[in-house]
Amino acid sequence: MAQYLLLIYENESAYESPTPELWNQLMEAHGKFAQAVVEQGGKILGGEALQPTATATSIRGGTSGDQVVTDGPFVETKEALGGFYLVEAADLDQAISFGKQCPAPFGGIEVRPVMDTSQGPS
Amino acid sequence: MNQVSQVLADAHRREWGFVLAATVRVAGNLDLAEECVQDAFVAAMAAWTRRGIPENPAAWLTTAARRRAIDLLRRDRTLRGKLPLLVGTERAAEHGDDPDDAEETSVIPDDRLRLMFTCCHPALALEAQVALTLRLLCGLTTAEIARAFLVSEPTMAARITRAKKKIAVARIPYRVPPGHELPDRLDAVLTVVHLLYTTGHTAPEGDRLVRPELVERAIDLARMLSTLMPDDREVRGLLALLLLNDARRAARTDRDGRLLLLEEQDRSQWDRATIAEGSELVRQALRRGRPGRFAIQAAIAAMHAEAPSYEATDWRQILGLYDALLAVWRSPVVELNRAVAVAMVKGPAAGLLALDAVAGDPRLAGYPYLEAARADLLRRLGRRAEAAAAYRGALQLATNEAERSFLAHRLDEVTAAPP
Repeated sequence: MAQYLLLIYENESAYESPTPELWNQLMEAHGKFAQAVVEQGGKILGGEALQPTATATSIRGGTSGDQVVTDGPFVETKEALGGFYLVEAADLDQAISFGKQCPAPFGGIEVRPVMDTSQGPS
Repeated sequence: MNQVSQVLADAHRREWGFVLAATVRVAGNLDLAEECVQDAFVAAMAAWTRRGIPENPAAWLTTAARRRAIDLLRRDRTLRGKLPLLVGTERAAEHGDDPDDAEETSVIPDDRLRLMFTCCHPALALEAQVALTLRLLCGLTTAEIARAFLVSEPTMAARITRAKKKIAVARIPYRVPPGHELPDRLDAVLTVVHLLYTTGHTAPEGDRLVRPELVERAIDLARMLSTLMPDDREVRGLLALLLLNDARRAARTDRDGRLLLLEEQDRSQWDRATIAEGSELVRQALRRGRPGRFAIQAAIAAMHAEAPSYEATDWRQILGLYDALLAVWRSPVVELNRAVAVAMVKGPAAGLLALDAVAGDPRLAGYPYLEAARADLLRRLGRRAEAAAAYRGALQLATNEAERSFLAHRLDEVTAAPP
């Protein structure tokens, strides 16, 4: 098994003031998703929804003293990172299959393998 | 070339993918497997010269390469730990068989399908899929692949290295996908083989129209897929399509390398045996149920190949096939080709109307055949000034020299004083 991060990129405006129906639908969809992953032999190791990018702060300039702190997300895009799941899957095919089932009605999912740093640099 | 070199060159050309695919299974890693197969070919040169050519060279090479992988992994524990294990392989079974006994002892698995599906995984960029397929299944060197796609060798090397790294790190599995995923994944594989063919059929740049080495590799791969997946109709359709197009190769240019259109080609130069083989495959691919996009395209190619002349082609049926093709595969390029068929059935004015209906599609922006087809219809309608403008537009977009000189010739015709 290996770990993958499913990054949920969506158009934020859809979440600005969701109706109770939409909210309930989304909660239900995420509940179903979590169940599906386990049923299909995977594991959800963690996951969170993020506050909108309007609340984001970015820090640039590496580690030296000239770091600059700015308001806003690191990259401005139409679809912003809005949440994530850390899942365990057998291979990329299974991770992609989880990604396809992950709710993201206003955008899509990026699947990223997690680096195993215990073995040193790969 | 002596006999051993000849047999080895043949084996390299025909069996590289087989040997490599079977070696990947025990090496558990693409790079290690490639190195071991390379070593096996070197070892074969000496061994076969000394002891004679084995009855089954591919089996000998496979056993030698697999044994080499097992040896290396046994001897070097750190190597073992360092190389990421390809998902779906088991590393180095603990038996060291003698390559000379290969024919009697081992049944070597044919893993070429697994290798093909790994190379053509949709998580890899299309250009990387194509490069990996040429390298791992056809045994082309990075330099050869770079030349075929007109990029520098370091660029191609970086592309291949990055793709291999993604396969290992993201864990793209070494397997034939399960049934529910198979149709989509197979379509990706067929797309790569088809792209390889079209790149060779009309080289995107350069002064030669056809790159036979790419065309032949694509046909080899289509044949291999057809042998390994005999029940799949799209695989048959693709092989048929490639054969039927390739049957016209000799007639596509004149003695000076100038491009000849379908209507100008000397049909007696078409390869009848290949057409017969392709047409039979089309019949098989069209049997039972709804055909897929490659089978339908092959059917269109067969209609052209079997027609006695351009005028006596059954354009009505070809138009029907284009409609069927659009139903399974909505593509602006197909609509463009359909417009040409419309012009043949209903006249150039109707064709132009059909063509203009798709001309605004942004996916066709920069597509040289759109302007070329437009120019041809305008020329046939006698609208010479507009035709000239369209030929100029097509000339700006075409990069193949043979195509460019054809377009320039036509431009001269429509701009010359009317007869």
